[in-house]
Amino acid sequence: MTVLTGQDLPRDGEDLQGAALHGRLERTWGDAPGLWGWLTTTDHKRIGKRYVVTAMIFLALGGLLALAMRMQLARPEAGLMTPDRYNQIFTMHGTTMMFLFAVPVMEAFAVYLVPLMIGTRNISFPRLNAFSYYMYLAGGLLLWVAFALNIGPDAGWFAYVPLSGPEFSPGKRTDIWAQMITFTEVAALAVAVELVATILKQRAPGMTLARMPLFVWGVLVTALMVIFSMPSVALASSLLISDRLVGTHFYNQYEHGDPLLWQHLFWFFGHPEVYIIFLPGAGFVSQITETFCRRPVFAYPAMVLALVTIGLLAFGVWVHHMFATGLPRMGYAFYTAATMAVAIPSGVQIFCWIATIWDGRPRFQVPLLYVVAFIITFVIGGLSGVMQASVPIDLQVHDTYFIVAHFHYVLIGGAVFPLLGAITYWFPKFTGRMMGEGLGKVSFWMIFLGFQIAFFPMHLLGMWGMPRRVYTYPAGMGWDEMNLLATIGSFILALGFLLFIADAVKSLYLGRVAEPNPWDAPTLEWATASPPPQYNFAHIPLVTSRVPLWDNRNHLPVVTGLRVDDRELLLTTVMDARPDVREPSALPSIWPLWAALSTTCLFISSIFTPWAIVIGAFPVGAALIAWFWPKSGLSPEPVIE
Amino acid sequence: MTLPVKFAEDVRALPTHAFGPRSLTWWGVVAFFLIEGTAFALAIGAYFFLEGVEDNWPPDPWLPPGLLWGTLFTVTILASEIPNTIVKRAAQRHDLATARRYMLILLPIFGLLLLFRGLEFTTLNVLWTDNAYGSIIWALLFLHLTHILTDIVDSLVLTALIHTRHGAENRRIVDIAENAMYWRFVWLTWLPIYTLIYWVPRWVA
Repeated sequence: MTVLTGQDLPRDGEDLQGAALHGRLERTWGDAPGLWGWLTTTDHKRIGKRYVVTAMIFLALGGLLALAMRMQLARPEAGLMTPDRYNQIFTMHGTTMMFLFAVPVMEAFAVYLVPLMIGTRNISFPRLNAFSYYMYLAGGLLLWVAFALNIGPDAGWFAYVPLSGPEFSPGKRTDIWAQMITFTEVAALAVAVELVATILKQRAPGMTLARMPLFVWGVLVTALMVIFSMPSVALASSLLISDRLVGTHFYNQYEHGDPLLWQHLFWFFGHPEVYIIFLPGAGFVSQITETFCRRPVFAYPAMVLALVTIGLLAFGVWVHHMFATGLPRMGYAFYTAATMAVAIPSGVQIFCWIATIWDGRPRFQVPLLYVVAFIITFVIGGLSGVMQASVPIDLQVHDTYFIVAHFHYVLIGGAVFPLLGAITYWFPKFTGRMMGEGLGKVSFWMIFLGFQIAFFPMHLLGMWGMPRRVYTYPAGMGWDEMNLLATIGSFILALGFLLFIADAVKSLYLGRVAEPNPWDAPTLEWATASPPPQYNFAHIPLVTSRVPLWDNRNHLPVVTGLRVDDRELLLTTVMDARPDVREPSALPSIWPLWAALSTTCLFISSIFTPWAIVIGAFPVGAALIAWFWPKSGLSPEPVIE
Repeated sequence: MTLPVKFAEDVRALPTHAFGPRSLTWWGVVAFFLIEGTAFALAIGAYFFLEGVEDNWPPDPWLPPGLLWGTLFTVTILASEIPNTIVKRAAQRHDLATARRYMLILLPIFGLLLLFRGLEFTTLNVLWTDNAYGSIIWALLFLHLTHILTDIVDSLVLTALIHTRHGAENRRIVDIAENAMYWRFVWLTWLPIYTLIYWVPRWVA
């Protein structure tokens, strides 16, 4: 048995640091130049940025649909579009926002930020990460190309059967919706797996679980929620497709299936989905509040427990979406209680953020303004949520605009405002330049006020009886003024977004050049250059506290000894983050793209024939085998012969 | 400028591979267990949901599936754990020769399993188009078919790989151990599904 020891391999340390180390790591971690590098990259930052930009484009598209709906509803009996077009538009709006924007954008930020925040060189399973992006993109394109061809889905973003079943939705519209679900679930699950493994195994030495930034905690809980909830919608939509394509009867009541099975499976995913969107938002809020109040977040253990509690409660409240279907008395009581209980950990978080602002030295720059907007808006949305937990109120406002108001308050308030704050906050890290403060404030106020003007009147409309998902309403119902006001608000909101985008684009080229830590933030992503080099950190940081950059103002303790001739990661233990193993990280590869392309062919053709699954499995299998087959030479480190 | 650094600790002496929860692969595999396990659990939930809607299970006049092939499949997949355990233990003590040999022994077992699985579909006594009962029975069996197919293909590739020069890499030995762990999951998930397809209709009726 020969054992090669690899003692002579180049490693970072006293002998290799500074510019020489930089050059060496650039060669090892760099991508090929040009298009080939773009297609084969496994760098979490490049893929993360791509994910963010794509998700923001879908946000803009979904926003345009919202404006179209608001124009149609601005006055009674308007004829801007047909009922069929309106059905497609509200379905596309909800589907795009939930599946193509909200969840992906949160995961995208995590893909970019988590490895930097925990002090590692790349995400775990980086090729899976590349694959996941291509799958997401393909799913989004499928939906929007179909919409452009007038075969966009039209049965609502939750596609209730029997409306979405073979009898009432002939044609391919619902199949496209269901297969888009498959694409985005594959993508989301892949990223969730990477994030869990990265967070548990790749934290910098010394970053115990109790020293993890709150955003990372939020992402960990979110990723676990994705793992436990997304299989439900994947199963639900697979059963729907098979009802539609191969004649099964899961949801067909005439053959002893049950439409309510769909609602259970959908909402077992659908409710956790809301917190999957909100918890990373809460993470943004914690990081921004900490930095801009110049004090660690108040009551860190309570914050972590609140995140975990919300994650657990999320799986016990899905039936509150089904109060109107009729339940046993005990069911009503249980799900009302569980739903109200969510207010407790959410309240704890809100109080902790307020305490942090109160006790800190707040700088009211744009990111913190979004935090304030978040707190106000989310609390309003939360309160209307507690109202609906009560069954009589729920039955009264079910399927009215009150619900539309409620969930836009929690989703835009709870996730989009923190996201806009997060973009402003991390923009210098992403791009190396700062966003403009003046334009930032103008767009902030337009977005915040525009939002309130657009959505607050919907509470009233709902209480006055205006149902959701109607393409128009008769005059004389007393709904005209509030609808017009909502439309005006939505245009102010849209203009604010436009300004935000203009500011981002302008700052990309003309913004003030950012130093590594322009906000004097305490977390590790600010310890490296803005934007970070491909290898993230020249040496892996050693963490000694919850706010490492505030507690190490003169120099950063680091560990050395990782190989620099190979892409090597440092794995640490799950709880205490003690250095444990050095493992290689995957090299760039074109095979994730081929795997995604062949899977795309399989998924799309399966809309037309079930045999596509059998035939399509061969190219998918071939691409996966090529992906995993080792192509490099043998490792020079201990190899057993 | 980035902060100046202070060298605090050196990690060059750390190993380059480890088994179980110390390796990244293990966490990836476990996360996929959770995903697939959740999907199976929900499919089982759907089974009982549909069963609750019916008066009889299977509904009249359908008969429960024939026991022969499903039971043979079950016995064979349980027996496959013997060579599988030998492979896993061999990998963990870096005994590549034994791991190679027993992975070859697993190949005919895989063939037998696929044969039995194919025959199972012929004795379900119901079609997926007949009613919701037929739909869920077929769905469970089909779900598990995709499950064993994925792992069999994975094992075939790995068996080929460890017979090349790459087999001597430490990382491949970790892969062998994790693949053996996955196979355990495959047969563990089969046990409740076997019960649901073949026995619950007999007990309920």
